[in-house]
Amino acid sequence: MEALIASAIAVLGSCGIYLVLRERTFTVILGLALLAISVNLFLLSMGRVAPGHAPVIEEGIELVSYVDPLPQAVVLTAIVIGFAMMAFVVVLSISAHFVTGTDHLDGEEQSP
Amino acid sequence: MNHWIALPILIPLISAVLIPLVGRPTILIRRALGLVACLGTVAVGAWMVLRTRLGEIYTYSLGDWQAPFGVVLVLDGLSALLVALTGVVSLFCLLYAMNRHDQKGKFFHFFIQMQIAGICGAVLTGDLFSLFVFFEIMLLSSYNLLVYTGAKKSLTAGIHYVILNLTGSALFLLAIGTLYGVTGTLNMADMALRVGELGTEDTALVRAGALILMVVFFLKAAILPLYLWLPNVYSSAVAPVAALFAILTKVGVYAILRVSTLIFGAEAGVAAGAVEPYLLPLATFTLVLGMIGALASTHLRKMMGYLIVASLGMMLMAMGLFTAEGIAAGLYYLPHSTIAMAMLFLLADQIGRQRGPEDDRLVLARLPTQKSVLGLIFFIGAIAVAGLPPFSGFLGKVWVLQASLPSPHVVVIWPVVLLTSLMALVAFSRAGTLIFWKAKEPADEDEKGRKCASAFELLPIIGLLTCIVLYTVYSGPIAEFCTVIAEHLLAPHGYIEAVMGAQK
Repeated sequence: MEALIASAIAVLGSCGIYLVLRERTFTVILGLALLAISVNLFLLSMGRVAPGHAPVIEEGIELVSYVDPLPQAVVLTAIVIGFAMMAFVVVLSISAHFVTGTDHLDGEEQSP
Repeated sequence: MNHWIALPILIPLISAVLIPLVGRPTILIRRALGLVACLGTVAVGAWMVLRTRLGEIYTYSLGDWQAPFGVVLVLDGLSALLVALTGVVSLFCLLYAMNRHDQKGKFFHFFIQMQIAGICGAVLTGDLFSLFVFFEIMLLSSYNLLVYTGAKKSLTAGIHYVILNLTGSALFLLAIGTLYGVTGTLNMADMALRVGELGTEDTALVRAGALILMVVFFLKAAILPLYLWLPNVYSSAVAPVAALFAILTKVGVYAILRVSTLIFGAEAGVAAGAVEPYLLPLATFTLVLGMIGALASTHLRKMMGYLIVASLGMMLMAMGLFTAEGIAAGLYYLPHSTIAMAMLFLLADQIGRQRGPEDDRLVLARLPTQKSVLGLIFFIGAIAVAGLPPFSGFLGKVWVLQASLPSPHVVVIWPVVLLTSLMALVAFSRAGTLIFWKAKEPADEDEKGRKCASAFELLPIIGLLTCIVLYTVYSGPIAEFCTVIAEHLLAPHGYIEAVMGAQK
């Protein structure tokens, strides 16, 4: 389980970094999304990977087997914020595309 | 309970909610609401400074959830200083924006208030994750303020700025995750205690977490090599927004100072001094490169942007000494440079408007219409920023020089400070000569259609100028206040006890 999550974070993160370094807004936004997903997975796994345990302690649940609820709360907030930011950057890049007429990050095509 | 600690967040937040709700019919209501909120922030900020001037620390548990389980707001001298500064700068920026800038976008006043709420929240919170949340509030408002006019220049600069900061946010979460994984807490005071108890097997993780966190704050504070975005972004924003942005970078400085002294200070065990070896050299290079940029600028606004970079290098270099004297000197320099740079941004806007088609380009053009008033303010601003007597810039730089005397880095700091001051002087002389001395009087047929600043446009600029003068006049008490803050930062027991002891 740990190996699976760790490699997922690594693959998503490295794809994200590669795409962020591209020169078109669309690929960069995709890269930011992948980067955000990998970071959210990383945050979630910081409460230790323990499948099958409840984060909320109720009656009838033994105290020895629960997972830390804080990372889950934190990652929820991070997902919401990340989602809002993604929506914003998409709208911004569309309006920049209309104004500049290109999807290049610098607002103009680079001469080769 | 100290409910009033939440006021600097609540006042702008409530006003921001009311502005779109109540202020729909006319801009006058929106302006009045914004102005009242800014005045309220100034008043609360001033009161906070008075309450914390002897080093008192107040805490407020949100929703009465006790630390370290709930989020706490912590008010100490450093937070109070930043809140008061935010209030003052935003008040004058808002006044200036009321001339014409706030009519270009419906939600201008909303975003200004959200921005203030974000800044005040970031400097008041005692929790690492809510620091992230307030950073995001602050940044999202700043994105909108940057691009709200829809101008081509600001849209391209905006895309760079947004993408850079989104990557920074990802790194911020990464650092928070790492630190939480090692210490099991997000409360900064609690984290400071737990970091001190870590065994050597966690050294690599906790130091990596600390340094990733610092990369994020260096990006916000525009420290080498992450400053390249700043001149472009600041010069493409409209003047009152650029002037307000002068305080955004100071939040980065605040975060660097808070985290590096509280969590990774001298008593952090395996993580002690994780930041210390990097801050001073990076800040020194930032100062030098910022000044070179200012010398090489082709536009007045870009030059101001580079001068902001240089001033950040200056204050972080002093703070990078990590002595009480050094931090105090840096803190004294912080409000001075923020106010002076905000004033110069507003002034650059007026100069650009009155020069006509050449705008703020540093070329020979016609004289600004009100050459004597603008020239005089430019002259005083230049003296203040370059660090010539009699203004606070001079006192700040002398204090930095003095503070560096016991340090082995003195051989670097003295020449760098003195040379960069000379470079600032050369840059200002070049700009001033081109704009005010060598420029030609306009021919008569140009006379019609020339713009002239109204009294209400000059008022905020002169107001900020008065703030610099007052800051210089009251240097004595302010310097004492800075010393108190610096001593408390270097001995974080008081802060930790105030937060963690609140549960008893």
